[in-house]
Amino acid sequence: MSSAATPHVTAGVPQPRDTPARRISVFLSQHARVRLGLLLTAPLFWLGLVYVVALAALLITAFWTVDSFTGQVRTEFTLDNIITVVTGSLYQTVTLRTVGVALLVTVIDIAIALPVAFFMAKVAGPRLQRILVIAVLMPLWASYLVKAYAWRSVLAEGGVVDWMTAPFGGSSPGYGLPAVVITLSYLWLPYVILPIYAGLERVPDSLLEASSDLGAKTWRTMGSVVMPMLWPSIIAASIFSFSLSLGDYITVNIVGGANQLLGNLVYTNVGAANNLPLASAIALIPVAIMIVYLTAARRSGALENL
Amino acid sequence: MRLTTARRSTLFAGLAIASVAVLTACGTASGGGDSGEEATELGDYEGSVSILAWPGYVEDGSNDPSVDWVSAFEEETGCMVESKTYGTSDEAFSLMKTGDYDVVAASGDASLRLVAAGEVAPVNTDLLKNYDGIFDFLKMQSWNSVDGVSYGIPHGYGANLLMYNTDVFPDGLTSWSAVFDDAAANSGKVTAYDSPIYIADAAVYLMATQPELGIENPYALDETQLAAAVELLKAQRQHIGEYWSDYLKEIQAFETGDSVVGTTWQVIQNSITTGNTEVVLPDEGTTGWSDTWMISSQAKSPNCAYAWLDYIASPEANAQATAYFGEAPSSQAACEFRDDCEAYHAGDADYASQIWYWSTPIADCLDGRTDVECTDYAAWTTAWQEIKG
Amino acid sequence: MRLSRTARVTLGVVVAIVLAVVYLPLLIVFVNSFSTSVNLTWPPPGFTLEWWGKAFQNPGALEAIGTSAQVALAATAISLALGTLISLALQRYRFFGRDAVSLLVILPIALPGIVTGIALNNFFRTILDVRLGLFTIIVAHATFCIVTVFNNVLARLRRMGTSLEEASADLGAGVWTTFRFVTFPQLHSALLAGALLAFALSFDEIIVTTFTTGSGVTTLPIWILNNLFRPNQAPIVNVIAVVLVLVSIIPIYVAQRIAGAEQVQK
Repeated sequence: MSSAATPHVTAGVPQPRDTPARRISVFLSQHARVRLGLLLTAPLFWLGLVYVVALAALLITAFWTVDSFTGQVRTEFTLDNIITVVTGSLYQTVTLRTVGVALLVTVIDIAIALPVAFFMAKVAGPRLQRILVIAVLMPLWASYLVKAYAWRSVLAEGGVVDWMTAPFGGSSPGYGLPAVVITLSYLWLPYVILPIYAGLERVPDSLLEASSDLGAKTWRTMGSVVMPMLWPSIIAASIFSFSLSLGDYITVNIVGGANQLLGNLVYTNVGAANNLPLASAIALIPVAIMIVYLTAARRSGALENL
Repeated sequence: MRLTTARRSTLFAGLAIASVAVLTACGTASGGGDSGEEATELGDYEGSVSILAWPGYVEDGSNDPSVDWVSAFEEETGCMVESKTYGTSDEAFSLMKTGDYDVVAASGDASLRLVAAGEVAPVNTDLLKNYDGIFDFLKMQSWNSVDGVSYGIPHGYGANLLMYNTDVFPDGLTSWSAVFDDAAANSGKVTAYDSPIYIADAAVYLMATQPELGIENPYALDETQLAAAVELLKAQRQHIGEYWSDYLKEIQAFETGDSVVGTTWQVIQNSITTGNTEVVLPDEGTTGWSDTWMISSQAKSPNCAYAWLDYIASPEANAQATAYFGEAPSSQAACEFRDDCEAYHAGDADYASQIWYWSTPIADCLDGRTDVECTDYAAWTTAWQEIKG
Repeated sequence: MRLSRTARVTLGVVVAIVLAVVYLPLLIVFVNSFSTSVNLTWPPPGFTLEWWGKAFQNPGALEAIGTSAQVALAATAISLALGTLISLALQRYRFFGRDAVSLLVILPIALPGIVTGIALNNFFRTILDVRLGLFTIIVAHATFCIVTVFNNVLARLRRMGTSLEEASADLGAGVWTTFRFVTFPQLHSALLAGALLAFALSFDEIIVTTFTTGSGVTTLPIWILNNLFRPNQAPIVNVIAVVLVLVSIIPIYVAQRIAGAEQVQK
C-alpha cells in the first residue's frame, strides 16, 4: 500500500529523496507494531511509572503501620489498618453518607444537565448555542474555593436563599448535608453538561426527523432514539460528578456543618494524625468504589466518551 | 498557629509523613545532629538566614505589601531571609531534620521533640538584647527550656476563648457549660474547633466539673479520662451547628447568627463588625498556645540566626508579627506599637496562668504519672473522628 | 423531531432558570468584591473600590497567577503530546491490553483527587526522593489532564476515519508527512478543545496540588486558600475571581469561533 515500496506506480509524483528520515518513514509504514510501540512508549512510561507505581505504593502503605512514639512509618506487614477500616462502624457510616451524597449529586446534575444540553444542542440556533457554551464554561474559571464560599453566604441565615424563600414561608436549609449536595451539584454541573452536550451533538438531526416522520411522538423519539445514543455520554458525565464528590473534603468543611465525608477522614489522618498507613487504608474505600463503578461503566462503552 | 492553619496543613501534611517515610525506607533515620554548644559571642553576619515558621510569622510583603517586617531586618543586618512555612508541628520536626534551616518557630508540641532529638541548640539569651523585656511568665517555661537551659526566645501567645452572642446571652457567660452541659439550649447554633486537640478543651472543663476523674493536665489523659472527654464531646456533637477550622468561617457564622456560642480566638472577636458578640476566659480556665523561636544545632548562619531572634523579639517587629497573626506580643514594650494589647491581655500574668498551652499528647503522661499509659495524639485523632461520626 | 412551541419555550425557561442559579453565586462574588466588609458578610454594609486597587498591586496574587499559568501551560503541553499519542494508538490499532490502557488513562481523573494526591505525594517523596515544587505539580497535573485531550482526539479520530490518511500514504507521503499535513489539521479543533479543558482543569485544581506542591511554589488556588483565611484579604480573592471569569471569556470565545468555523466548512 505504500508507494515507497512500489515506486513504479508513482508516475506523476516526484521520487522522494532517499534521506535517513525517509528511510525511517518507510520502515515505519511497513511495521505497524513498531509504529504502535512508538506511539505507546511515552504515554505508558508516564502513566505507568508515575501513576501505577504511585497507586501501588499507596496500596502497600496501607499494610504498614506508624510507630506512635517516633511518628515514623514502620514497614512491617500488618492487616490492622484494613481490619479497622472494614469493621469500624465509623467508616461504614461515613462511607454510606459519602456514597449517598455522591449519588445524589450525580442524579441532580444529570437531571439538570439533560434539558440544558438538549436545548443547547437541538433547539438553540448556532449563535445562541455558542453563547450558551460560553455561559456554561465560564463559571469553571471562578475558583472552586471562591464559589464554595459564595454558597456559604447564599445559604447563611438571612442569606439570599432565606431572603428569596421567606415570602413562601421557607427558609435556608442551613449548613449540613443538603448544603453539601447543593454546593457540589453546583460545582460539578459544567463537567456534567459538557459531555452530555457533546453526546447530543453526535445525534444527527436527520435521525430525529426520521423518527418523527415514522410517527414517533417526542417522548417516543427521546426514549427510543436519543437516550440509547446518549447513554454512554451520561455515564461518562456521571463519572466526573461521582468521583469528584467522592473525594471532596473542602466543600464539606465550608458548608457541611458538623458533617464529615471520606475525604475528611483521609485528610485528617494524613495531616493532623501523621498516619499515612491508616489514611491509605481509608483511601482504598473510594478506590474500590470507583473501580466497581468504572467496571460497570465500561460495559456500556462509556469510558470512550468521557 | 497550627490552629489558624489547620486547613493549610493539607499543603504540607503529606510532605511531613512522606519525608519520615523516606528516612525509614532508606534505613538512614539519623538521630539528628550533635546537640550544639551554646554560642558565647557573635561573629560577622553570614549574609543570609533560612527560617522555618508558621504562616504569617515571616512576612516580606509578598502577600500584602503593607505587611512586611522582613525587609527592615534585611536592610539592618544584610542577612537575606529565605523563609519556608509549614502546616503542622510534625512537618516542622521532619523539615528541621534535614538541617537546611537555621531558625524555626516551634510550638509547644514540637519544641521539646526538637530539643530531645538534638536538632536545636541552646540559646544564650545574654546575646539577645531584647530578651530582658520579655514577659517573665513566658521565660524558661517547660516548652522552651530543659533543665534550666534556654532553647529559644518566646514569640507570642494566645488563648482559646468562649465567644457568645450578646442578644442570646444578655447576662453574659462565665463558664464553658454553655457549650457542654447547657448546649441544648442553643442546639444547632453551637460551634467548636475542628481538631483532635479540642478534646483538651473538654478535659479542661472536666477538670473543674468532674474532679473525681483526677485529670491533672488536659494533655495527659489515660483511657478512662479520654473516654469521659469523648462522651462529653459526643453529647455536644448533637448540638453543634458546625465545627470551624479557619477563622473567616467562624467570623461569618457569628455575624449571620448561624453560630451563637462557641470557642474562639481574640482575633476573631476583633474582626467581627456586628458588635453583638463578647468573649470571655471562663472560670474553668482554657487552652492556648505559646511559640518559641529556636536555632538549629546545624545552623549554617548562626550569627544571622541570633540577629533574627533578637530582631523578631524587638518591640516593633514583635508587635507587627503578633498583631498580624492576632495574638499577644511577648513584651510590654511591643504594646507601644499596638493599640490592641489590652484586648489580648498582654502581660497579664494571672490571665496567662489560666491557659493550658498546647502540647501534643504522648504515651508518657505529661503530668508525670508513671503508673498508667496516656493516650497519644493518634488515639485522639481516632476519637475525634468518632465524635464527629 | 419537531418540538412543539410550548416544549421549546418550556425548555428555554428551564435553561434560563438554571443559568440564573449558576450565575447567582458569581454575582454575589462580584458584589462582594466591592463590599466594605472584609468578612464577605451578606448583604454588604457598603461599597468601595479599595480591593480592586489593592488586588492589582498584590505581588503574591500576581505571582500566584503566573505560577498557575506556568503549571497549566506545561501540564497542557505534556498532556497534548501524550494524549494525542495514546489516542492514535488506541483508535488506529487493535492490540492486547488495549482496554487496560484506556482504563489507565481515565484512572487519574476517575479516582478522587485526594487519592491521587496522597499517592503522588508518597511517590515523589519516598520513591523518587525529589523535592516537591513546580516540577512535581506539573507532573501531577499532566497526569490527570491527559484524559481531556485523549477524549477529544479519540472522538475526532473516530469520526475522521482513515480514508484520507490512506490516500495520503498511497500518494507517497511518509508517516510523518501524512500526520503533519493530513491527520493533524483535522485534529486541530479537537486538540484546542482538549487543551482548553486541560488548562482549566489544571488552573483551578486544588486537592492534588495541595499534596504535590513545595513551600516555595504557590499556585492561584493555594494562594486563595491561604488568603481566604487571612485577615483583610478575602475581598481581594473575590476581585481575582471576577477578573479570571471575565478574562476566561476570551480563550473560550476564540475556541468557539474556531470550532464554529470548522463546522461551517463541513
